[in-house]
Amino acid sequence: MSEQSVAAGRPSHDPLTPVLSDTWDADRSWTLQAYRDHGGYAGLRAALAQEPADVVATVKASGLRGRGGAGFPTGMKWGFLPPPDGGPRYLVVNADESEPGTCKDIPLMMASPQALIEGVAITSYAIGCHHAFIYVRGEVLHVYRRLLRAVEEAYAAGLLGKDVQGSGFDLEVTVHAGAGAYICGEETALLDSLEGLRGQPRLKPPFPAVAGLYARPTVVNNVESIASVPSIVARGADWFTSMGTERSAGYGLFSLSGHVTRPGQYEAPLGTTLRELLDLAGGMRGGKALKFWTPGGSSTPIFTDAHLDTPLDYESVAKAGSMLGTRALQIFDETTCVVRAVSRWTDFYAHESCGKCTPCREGTYWMKQVLARIEGGQGTEADLDLLLDTCDNILGRAFCALGDGATSPVTSSIELFRAEYEAHITGGGCPFDPAAAALFDYTSRPSSRVLTAGVH
Amino acid sequence: MTTETTTDASGGPGRPRSRSGYDAEKVARLAADAALIVARYPQPRSALLPMLHLVQSEDGYVSRDGIRFCAEQLDLTAAEVSAVATFYTQYKRHPNGTYTVGVCTNTLCAIMGGDEIFDELSEHLGVGHDETTDDGAVTLERVECNAACDYAPVMMVNWEFFDNQTPGSATDVVDRLRAGEQVAPTRGAASVCSFKQMSRVLAGFTDGRADEGVGAGEPTLAGLRLARENGWTAPGGPTDTAEGAQAPDGGPSTGTTGPADAQGEPEAGEEQSSAEREPTTDADVDPGGKPGTPEAKPDASKGTDA
Repeated sequence: MSEQSVAAGRPSHDPLTPVLSDTWDADRSWTLQAYRDHGGYAGLRAALAQEPADVVATVKASGLRGRGGAGFPTGMKWGFLPPPDGGPRYLVVNADESEPGTCKDIPLMMASPQALIEGVAITSYAIGCHHAFIYVRGEVLHVYRRLLRAVEEAYAAGLLGKDVQGSGFDLEVTVHAGAGAYICGEETALLDSLEGLRGQPRLKPPFPAVAGLYARPTVVNNVESIASVPSIVARGADWFTSMGTERSAGYGLFSLSGHVTRPGQYEAPLGTTLRELLDLAGGMRGGKALKFWTPGGSSTPIFTDAHLDTPLDYESVAKAGSMLGTRALQIFDETTCVVRAVSRWTDFYAHESCGKCTPCREGTYWMKQVLARIEGGQGTEADLDLLLDTCDNILGRAFCALGDGATSPVTSSIELFRAEYEAHITGGGCPFDPAAAALFDYTSRPSSRVLTAGVH
Repeated sequence: MTTETTTDASGGPGRPRSRSGYDAEKVARLAADAALIVARYPQPRSALLPMLHLVQSEDGYVSRDGIRFCAEQLDLTAAEVSAVATFYTQYKRHPNGTYTVGVCTNTLCAIMGGDEIFDELSEHLGVGHDETTDDGAVTLERVECNAACDYAPVMMVNWEFFDNQTPGSATDVVDRLRAGEQVAPTRGAASVCSFKQMSRVLAGFTDGRADEGVGAGEPTLAGLRLARENGWTAPGGPTDTAEGAQAPDGGPSTGTTGPADAQGEPEAGEEQSSAEREPTTDADVDPGGKPGTPEAKPDASKGTDA
């Protein structure tokens, strides 16, 4: 189908490289039995036969970068922990997947929770942690059930608990359900939440590596990062670096959603392009034209069809003005109103702003109002400058990345689609029919509700 | 921990429950559950979020009594507990319906049809956001992105996935829920449980239903199916064959996992090796990064899977 579209000069590999997703079609894939039948826990065996420092060295050598959005090198993060002082150190898995468009960790944990548990065991061993936590968002009941069950099964099989696999290594794992707050995906807010507080970010430094959970040295890693560790340890750093690009090694889950023929999870080497992925996913729905897309969730500046060939690795996407983020490719065709899209994302940020810092709390609140009136046809030309000025006062001035993220869709869309904003202002309303963008047929209601959004 | 507090507060037989307003039987039962929750954590206060879920499993919302109960268990003030309870959207401040029906109206689902589904449900049920039908069956909500964008438009019923919805399918679901029928989510348990039952699971008490339902829906498997059809794999073949080729001692089958290898491999000092390379971005020297610089976003930033 698309072999020909693999760019020349890149390492030759198949367009899709299922590793994490490789067991997802197995019968009762979520069980320990199914996971072991497919080679699961070989990584833990290999790790326990080594010194912890060597496991860290392998992960460093693999070049694995955080799959939660920031792309910080995972092994390096582990290396930031201070030398053991006899007190506890913690691993906390960030399973609070909530970034709009991001939908990879939840299906991973639904289909293959043992991959995460194995990664937790290996990572804990590597960093000297004896009590690890998995903080999963509370709004995914069945995923929480599966995680609880996976931990239960792993304990029963001696893969967790006292003296793991006869190694003398002890590990306790607690699966913790959140209660609905996007901000808890920010690692220090997550730690506060795990400590039973409101989930608000902490001032850094100190970083969690130095003073994290209960002010002890803590590693916070994303689900996909941790789930990638077993394969790296079992199959080697060279194997991992044989995929991807020089500085964005390995594979990752690319999540296609929106106006594509076959939305879903596509596990591919980093550096693939949207053109290749769209080809695999059957192209745009109904052959319509691509209008805009997010490379890594709503917090990453939007792209257009001009970026179809941008390699989806950390460096190339950054160079093109956005961020690889979580590889959450939300794809919108020509029927979509960009003002409506951005207005709704802004409602989201306003709703989820934790309120701790003024630029984000007030900025997102006012941007929401301004975007609502533009979308409703009551905006003025000055509103666009007002939006950009507000963004300017949030970006780099907010306590955490939520505020920065809130500005991404606004500034990037005004830059790319200023005329469309102006059409709403001069035309006194939205020129698009929302029904045309929906995936089912219906007749649009008479007067679209301008202020329905953000009523949470 | 607050064993003493708990014991004191529970009071003797003749003494009314001082603060929570729960009767003695309920206090004793919930205190036993609360102790199990507290035991999961190095520090008791970490038990607060699950304990609030526990309270909802009793009362159907976070009641005043529930707040006082949590405060007593954890030796906190009611104000401290309230401050936490009001921060999180899953904690309800007034009695919830038996089923929370949440329609995703974040951008992607909204545009794919979520807005119309919400409007249709709202009209059909005669309630708005965060309102409950008169029969107490359904609380309707707009919800934010629930990490199922490849199944858009998505509806959640008591936080189970109802994928690829239409206005018709959504109204059918709520009609059946109101009629007391068993309704099966697309991906989840064999049937949707009640809000109270769900809350008890979220407090960490299993209901034995983890093995029900599918492992993955079609979109989750879209890439894998294509890879299978075309024989595409990661280098070295699928995971199971690669592991099968391992050394008997369980050691690494390939690569640089061994200590000597890790040191000796030229790759360790090469550019892609984070272990050795010179810092090239702010993020390399500053784990949290500087705000506003795309490469330096904190790991758990909102670009994150946060």
